[in-house]
Amino acid sequence: MTTLALDEGLVRATVSSCAHCGQPAAAGRRFCCPGCEAAFAAIQALGLGSFYERCIAERPPRPERFEPCDLTRFIAARGDGAKELVLAIDGLRCGACVWLIESVLGREPSVQTGRVNMTSRRLKLVWRGPDAEAARLVSRIESLGYRLVPFDPVALAASRDDTDRALIRALAVAGFAAINVMLMSIGIWAGDAAGLLDGMGPATRDLLHLVSALIALPAIAYAGQPFFRSALAVLRHGRTNMDVPISLGVLLVSGLSLVQTLSHGHDAYFDSAVTLLFFLLIGRVLDHRARGHVRATVELLLTLRATDVTVLGDDGTATRRPARSLLPGEQVLVGMGERIGVDGVVERGASSVDTSLVTGESLPVAVTAGAAVFAGTMNLGAPLTVRVTAAEDGTVLAECARLIEASEARRSRFVVLADRVARRYAPAVHLTALATFVGWYVWGGVSLSQALLTASAVLIITCPCALALAVPAVQVIATARLFRSGILLKSGTALERLAEVDTVVFDKTGTLTEPSLALVRDGVDPVALRDAASLAVHSRHPLARALVAASGNLPAAGQVEEHPGLGVSGGGMRLGSAAFVDAVSSGSCSGPELWLSRSGEAPVRFSFAERSRHDAAETVARLRAMGLRIRLLSGDHAASVARIAAAIGIDDWQADCSPIEKVTLLRRMGGRVLMVGDGLNDGPCLAEAHVSVSPATAADISQTLADAVFQGAGLRAVSDLVVTARRARGLMRGNIALSLIYNLLMVPLAVAGLVTPWLAAAAMSSSSLLVIGNSFRARA
Amino acid sequence: MNVILLLIGASLVLGLCGLAVFLWSLRDGQYEDLDGAANRVLFDHDHPKR
Repeated sequence: MTTLALDEGLVRATVSSCAHCGQPAAAGRRFCCPGCEAAFAAIQALGLGSFYERCIAERPPRPERFEPCDLTRFIAARGDGAKELVLAIDGLRCGACVWLIESVLGREPSVQTGRVNMTSRRLKLVWRGPDAEAARLVSRIESLGYRLVPFDPVALAASRDDTDRALIRALAVAGFAAINVMLMSIGIWAGDAAGLLDGMGPATRDLLHLVSALIALPAIAYAGQPFFRSALAVLRHGRTNMDVPISLGVLLVSGLSLVQTLSHGHDAYFDSAVTLLFFLLIGRVLDHRARGHVRATVELLLTLRATDVTVLGDDGTATRRPARSLLPGEQVLVGMGERIGVDGVVERGASSVDTSLVTGESLPVAVTAGAAVFAGTMNLGAPLTVRVTAAEDGTVLAECARLIEASEARRSRFVVLADRVARRYAPAVHLTALATFVGWYVWGGVSLSQALLTASAVLIITCPCALALAVPAVQVIATARLFRSGILLKSGTALERLAEVDTVVFDKTGTLTEPSLALVRDGVDPVALRDAASLAVHSRHPLARALVAASGNLPAAGQVEEHPGLGVSGGGMRLGSAAFVDAVSSGSCSGPELWLSRSGEAPVRFSFAERSRHDAAETVARLRAMGLRIRLLSGDHAASVARIAAAIGIDDWQADCSPIEKVTLLRRMGGRVLMVGDGLNDGPCLAEAHVSVSPATAADISQTLADAVFQGAGLRAVSDLVVTARRARGLMRGNIALSLIYNLLMVPLAVAGLVTPWLAAAAMSSSSLLVIGNSFRARA
Repeated sequence: MNVILLLIGASLVLGLCGLAVFLWSLRDGQYEDLDGAANRVLFDHDHPKR
């Protein structure tokens, strides 16, 4: 936590912790706020008081009043007359929260199923009764401190991931086949070991081969499909990837083994073929899982932020609707401290708007009737009425959208390391096998089937099992490691691209600086701050939030009244704009401010400014020590950019950049650039750069475009990413080298016809295990 | 040696049973929430069952 208690000794002495959320409460009081008191009472009334003993992690968040949203559109009717709703849950801390939510729902007579999925943080609610029942159930859970956001059933069905299950089914089948075929094979090999055992008659061997074929062939036909499909797809485009030699090897080997079996031959390689598929599918499943998990998390983060807007009807009635359902011409009411969910023109009202997410400017911009406002900005002042307009040409948004489209097409041309190797490797493998066949058949004087068998042994030995595992195994382990430290890697090729970076370009507002404004502490009277914070707790205004953050969660005042667009008052104190507290604004200092008036005392002014992330300077120094060039491109004014650049230690900076200027500068830089940005104005750069990273507080579009998203207050994630990526690339190269060396050793034996089925199976498995083992070093 | 046929048959049937159970549990969604399953084992079901 970066929030500091002003006078920690004083705070500790007078503050006890809240019985519900565990945050500080006023001396002698059991709760920090009325919301917690109500939640505690509700939990006790249901006899679920043991919840508090079950909590092993943090306590649930402090209950807030969430704007009710219209749930009807998200409710799906089920065949049996019940209704279903799926919601994303925010605030889930540990198993105790799951238990509490399910127990509370279990006591509602109308609820059929209320089940929490802790992995994907979703609640599935099935009930009987009217749609309105859903709103009651949702508000019941929300009053405990969890926030619920509904999923659209159509989008939910579309995002359901069937590939994962298909891969696991294939893995199960391959595993079953591998075990049972190996059972037969060990019998055959043991029978071959003359002198060790009695030896095996040809009839028994044929029987075992036949059973092996019966198990292996259907299993290969089923479990090999992911590889066959991918190989066919690239072959159709006249290219090749690692799946081509895999498919070819597996198919040829099983075909030849079948011929051997039917012609009472001595050697069959069914065991190698299925074990190969089994190992490869492990890599495939892990790879898919890691990425699917991250995708789901990013989706959830974005869903939680999507909020409804207040739409004003022609007759003046206000309804809450999701922003994307609005049509141009409709009017939206944006309250104080609310995010403007639409692009439009201000119809009525005058206010200041925080545009940092869109233009990168850190100071709020004043708007009056006729001014254009954008989705993603925040209304800091009085309520505004906004008329919705479509994103017209010439606006910042339209320009960004065009630039992004152009850059995205160029990005997809990156070829991953594994495919670069495969392009050279696959033809070499095929040529070696062909040469072996021709050599033995034409000059070696052996039978056709013997020559084919030797050639297929070459194919098995060279089948790039270890090579195909080399990259995904490292990727999965590195991705999981990053995930644990709050970095979500969205793109499969991001690690490889990150490792190549030579320049890092930062955006300023919201990237190098914290996403919200912070209180300027100089000369602030601690008592005044405490009083102000006790009022500010009741407001959702960003400046009020900053005040609370700076005072370290002090108890809330009792009776407080909110005056929309002006401020809050209670207990003889007023907190809000200068006009609201009858103060005379000095006017000497620009920037956002709040005033506090207390009876009998002069009004006190609190000013706010952006603050650089606590580890920004350290991170920049670390990146520089890695030999990277650091630049800063900002859309903000020169004065504030210069201040932050000096504080962090970046000498190469540029201010007042429009999105198009940013992209032009980025292109001119050359080299391989890592772009770190959060705003809409960074969107084109994020798409254009070699690789890009966004904080989780970034605009939705930036998070969608970025290759990685990091959570948390620090910037350290950026240097961690580069370190992990470089290490991962080293390990990938090491793995590839390992599997190539193994090939160099074994191929001559195979070409010479000295590789027996058991040697092939043993060599293949050991090289795969070696590569997987080596990959685990990516965890460190 | 006819006993080998019996043994192979028995091992395959048992193996297929295991595979079928696994595929059923996969279809049943038992691997959808591994974190939740780890915690759920500690819940005591003291709320009334309906």
